[in-house]
Amino acid sequence: MADTRTHAVAHHFDDAEQQREAGKLGMWIFLATEILLFGGLFCAYAVYRSNHPEVFIYAHRYLDKTLGALNTAVLICSSFTMALAVRAAQLGRRRQLVGLLGATIALAVCFLGVKGIEYEQKWKEGLLWGAHFHAKLAPAPPALPQTLPAVPPAEGEERSLIPPAATGPAGLARPGRAEVAEGAQGPPHDVQVFFAVYFLMTGLHGVHVIVGIGLLTWMMVRAKRGEFGPEYATPVDLAGLYWHLVDIIWIFLFPLLYLIR
Amino acid sequence: MTEAPDGPVAHAEPAGATHVVPVRVLARVWGALLVLTLLTVAVARVDLGSLNLDLAMLIATVKATLVVLYFMHLRYDRPILAVVFAAALLFVALFVSITLLDTHAYAHNLIPDYGPALPK
Repeated sequence: MADTRTHAVAHHFDDAEQQREAGKLGMWIFLATEILLFGGLFCAYAVYRSNHPEVFIYAHRYLDKTLGALNTAVLICSSFTMALAVRAAQLGRRRQLVGLLGATIALAVCFLGVKGIEYEQKWKEGLLWGAHFHAKLAPAPPALPQTLPAVPPAEGEERSLIPPAATGPAGLARPGRAEVAEGAQGPPHDVQVFFAVYFLMTGLHGVHVIVGIGLLTWMMVRAKRGEFGPEYATPVDLAGLYWHLVDIIWIFLFPLLYLIR
Repeated sequence: MTEAPDGPVAHAEPAGATHVVPVRVLARVWGALLVLTLLTVAVARVDLGSLNLDLAMLIATVKATLVVLYFMHLRYDRPILAVVFAAALLFVALFVSITLLDTHAYAHNLIPDYGPALPK
């Protein structure tokens, strides 16, 4: 079976080693672009959070910490099975490789399932982005009433209690809000911004998980055909690198979105 | 988690096949990642002020480092891959920090007394 492999060394490579290293380098450059892609969203997060910390402190309580932590554990386990799968491919253990890829895919599907439950809850409660946001906000979410400081502390620092004296040329800018004094018990303004950030970041991550499931399925089909072995495990290796990066991004998303204090 | 024999040996024999990370190392990293996840959830329950964000990011960075070094076997790979990775991180850091500097460089109201002003 080993001799039927068609992908020995492509003609533009000197040897298998060079081919393997070139593939890895290409994958890491792709991962660098992925990091920069998510970097834009992390930047948006940082800007909004630094300008409106009260929105993030208030709104993150609507996320389910338990489900978030569960999903973190699920992804970490999937990364582990993926790392084991790469090892199995390198050692030429075909059945083990297929099994481990299957386990990784199952965990990825599990992650999406939990994510789906979370999205459904947000959807039902109207905790959505921009103009779609229509949730009835309480001063404190019913789930965690005791831990909520009802007054967003940053609001007072940020906005003047003095109403604006002049209204400026029409259409140039909107007057700022000046209802801080009486609105002290209510939720902060523009809570939908948090959910826009939440859905964008977790959504783009979710798309990556779906792509990952596709990649891993493809790898599983090829592994069943017996294409991988000690001499040729690069595709599994590279799919693994992608999958681990998806895990890493979630490792940062989880505390940034679910564990705000 | 120091597997000293693995790293140098892998670099010393570039002619050999790809480095296979031992199961023991992978399992330890897996355990450490799960423990750190529990730790970050536990730490978030305690109010430490602004230290909470720093701690959460520190733990996440440690977790990511473990994944990169062992699961993504960067530790055993050629240094050029680490350079590519570090370059991406550097540019994200530049991007985020310069944008944050910029977003804090403006007054809340460009037209005096128009929008809500910062307290004097």
